[in-house]
Amino acid sequence: MMAKHISLIAGVFALASSVLPAHARTIQVTVTGMAFSPASVTASVGDTIEWVNKDPFAHTATVKGAWEVMLPVGKSASKVIKKSGMVDYYCRFHPNMKGRITVTP
Amino acid sequence: MIKTLRMILGGTCLLVMAGLAQAADKPNDAQIAHIAYTAGVIDIDAAKQAIKTSKTKLVVDFAKDMLRDHEAVNKQALDLVKKLKVTPEDNPTSQALTKAAEAEREKLAKLQGAAFDKAYIINEVAFHKQVDDALKTVLIPSATNPELKSLLETGLKIFEGHEQHAEMVAAEMK
Ligand SMILES: [Cu+2]
Repeated sequence: MMAKHISLIAGVFALASSVLPAHARTIQVTVTGMAFSPASVTASVGDTIEWVNKDPFAHTATVKGAWEVMLPVGKSASKVIKKSGMVDYYCRFHPNMKGRITVTP
Repeated sequence: MIKTLRMILGGTCLLVMAGLAQAADKPNDAQIAHIAYTAGVIDIDAAKQAIKTSKTKLVVDFAKDMLRDHEAVNKQALDLVKKLKVTPEDNPTSQALTKAAEAEREKLAKLQGAAFDKAYIINEVAFHKQVDDALKTVLIPSATNPELKSLLETGLKIFEGHEQHAEMVAAEMK
């Protein structure tokens, strides 16, 4: 009876952990000297990318036709990654600033 | 119309290049600071003219981006020359840049609507390209103070970014 209960609870936990991301992380990208650093990061679905703008200039992290994160001077902003695949983004104000997020499922 | 514009731009370019050539026997740091600051002021003034004249959101937004960035760079430049106790020194290159910018401003003042938008953006592409070249070939190699050199290198990235941004806006306007 007792053992059955425990295995049921364990089963529920196992189910929950297979559905929810095991441990969603926050991956930081610093924006400094007119560049994203690191320029390339790897993330899993459910992770958050946080851009920290340390430049005296406003920037954006933009994926054309998909999404845009505004990065005002001295501010941080973030985005939860929902799809796997490779994402190339750039700064709309300075298109010579480029970054990449490689998202594993 | 565009053809005439290109010709005028070509002329402007030559004028500034002549200025740069005169200063090419290595401008000193005080002159370099003056040239970089002047280039910023020119683009700030052009942006103000565009914000006042243009009715196109795409163009006004672009001009506001230019205004914000160049004010930020020039503030850094002023802080640096103060720290280094350098007094920016007027020179033929700064004078040629200013003269060309005045001619451009007068030309733009006669235009409005789509003609203004187009001329402003085309000039922004050309102006940033010209300053990129000057930074790469003359100003950065001639700068002796490492902090000034580093600020110019950041300036180059900004100007290159703006050039690409202006090209994108030009493509969207078509
Ligand atoms: Cu940027």
